[in-house]
Amino acid sequence: MSQLVTISADSVPRLPPGVKLRFDKRRDSWIVLAPERLFVPDPIALEVIKRCDGAASVSAIVDDLAKTFDADRAVIEKDVNALLQDLADKGVMTA
Amino acid sequence: MNAPEPPLAALAELTHRCPLQCPYCSNPLELERAAGELDTETWCRVIREIADLGALQIHFSGGEPLVRKDLERLVEEARDAGLYANLITSAVLLTEDRLQALVAAGIDHVQVSFQDSEAVGGDRIGGYRGAHEKKIDAARRVRAAGLPVTLNMVVHRQNLHHLEAMFDMAVELDAHRIEIAHVQYYGWAYENRAALLPTRAQLDRSIEVVDAARERYKGRFAIDYVVPDYYARRPKACMGGWGRRFLNVSPSGKVLPCHAAETITGLAFDTVLERSLEDIWESSEAFLRFRGTDWMPEPCRSCERRELDWGGCRCQAFAITGNAADTDPACELSPHHQVMLDLAKSETGEAPPDFVYRNYGNKPDRAKTATPAVLTADRPAE
Repeated sequence: MSQLVTISADSVPRLPPGVKLRFDKRRDSWIVLAPERLFVPDPIALEVIKRCDGAASVSAIVDDLAKTFDADRAVIEKDVNALLQDLADKGVMTA
Repeated sequence: MNAPEPPLAALAELTHRCPLQCPYCSNPLELERAAGELDTETWCRVIREIADLGALQIHFSGGEPLVRKDLERLVEEARDAGLYANLITSAVLLTEDRLQALVAAGIDHVQVSFQDSEAVGGDRIGGYRGAHEKKIDAARRVRAAGLPVTLNMVVHRQNLHHLEAMFDMAVELDAHRIEIAHVQYYGWAYENRAALLPTRAQLDRSIEVVDAARERYKGRFAIDYVVPDYYARRPKACMGGWGRRFLNVSPSGKVLPCHAAETITGLAFDTVLERSLEDIWESSEAFLRFRGTDWMPEPCRSCERRELDWGGCRCQAFAITGNAADTDPACELSPHHQVMLDLAKSETGEAPPDFVYRNYGNKPDRAKTATPAVLTADRPAE
């Protein structure tokens, strides 16, 4: 894990070992669980994280989001890259 | 009173038995013996109750949780209940067979404690010859098994000069996270404070080293750093507030708002053998006593930070002032703040005294020797 992860269009992002996304019925909310920490992703982050299945590339994820939400692909691409890089820097995303 | 929010995490202290004898152990001075521990069936029930109550993570700890032969069974129960299962271990008992069994049972993450960056100091501080080598080997095997690993480093006057080397260890062992926590002075650590409390200069230097490491290792591993209260100006939000986020189940089933809560004499704790966990969390005397802000004295009561730091640490207030309902003396607004500063100054001025090692035969009021009872023990001291 002590390797730097740099997110690019070809990266295939996934949650690293020890990081889990699960739905918590009690709080009616999706939660990311990681070593000694947890956080509630905002609705946009949740849509991105749900698509990080270790099969889809960043570019495919961006295509899908642009289509699903009928939004400007360039804007989405910028946001998704920034989000994934931030998550990777925090150790809760890998590629 | 409305029902409180559910806890986020629970610490399951399965046992107080441990092969190590660290002089800052967070277990109580009065250690529970094996005969007093909850059985497997009861722990399984408690684990389900922890999940039902709404906690998301469970930390298996001790003492040394691997002393319990049923650890794998309990991890399985946690996984089936949907809990994120974390193992906090000294790792000296982590054989390859048990590691594989834990992986199969669904452990999510392992925290390996280290007492120093090298064997001489590590084995001396832990009171166990050969411990450091075993830990290094175990941490490598945890990584090889595909699990993320955190290095838990408890730092103090006698190992703080190795801080840089501790970060090197995190690189070397391919750790996901390193936790550098200054000793918190309750229980055994309170007894050993003069041997452990760093000087102000040491603390300042450590903050510089940690800041540089955060910069250097950004994106490579996470760093959590916990500073000692004795030089603080404002208290820590201990446990995120009493009875707000966290509960602890002791080896005998007592439910505590934090692992050190039993140091507060006069506070009674209910057990899972007598009441349900939900009932204890919501309405037991110990949890209600300091939950929220109603219990607060001045200067906390009118302080704008009262819902940020929740008045600091109850155990520390009790340890220093004798009254758990006082403002944490770590706060510079506390009338007792100067007492802490004076303690820090007077105790770090001279050569550190010998350790009072943590073991069943060494309760501090009787302890006159710092010699570890069984330095070469290969099985847990009992």
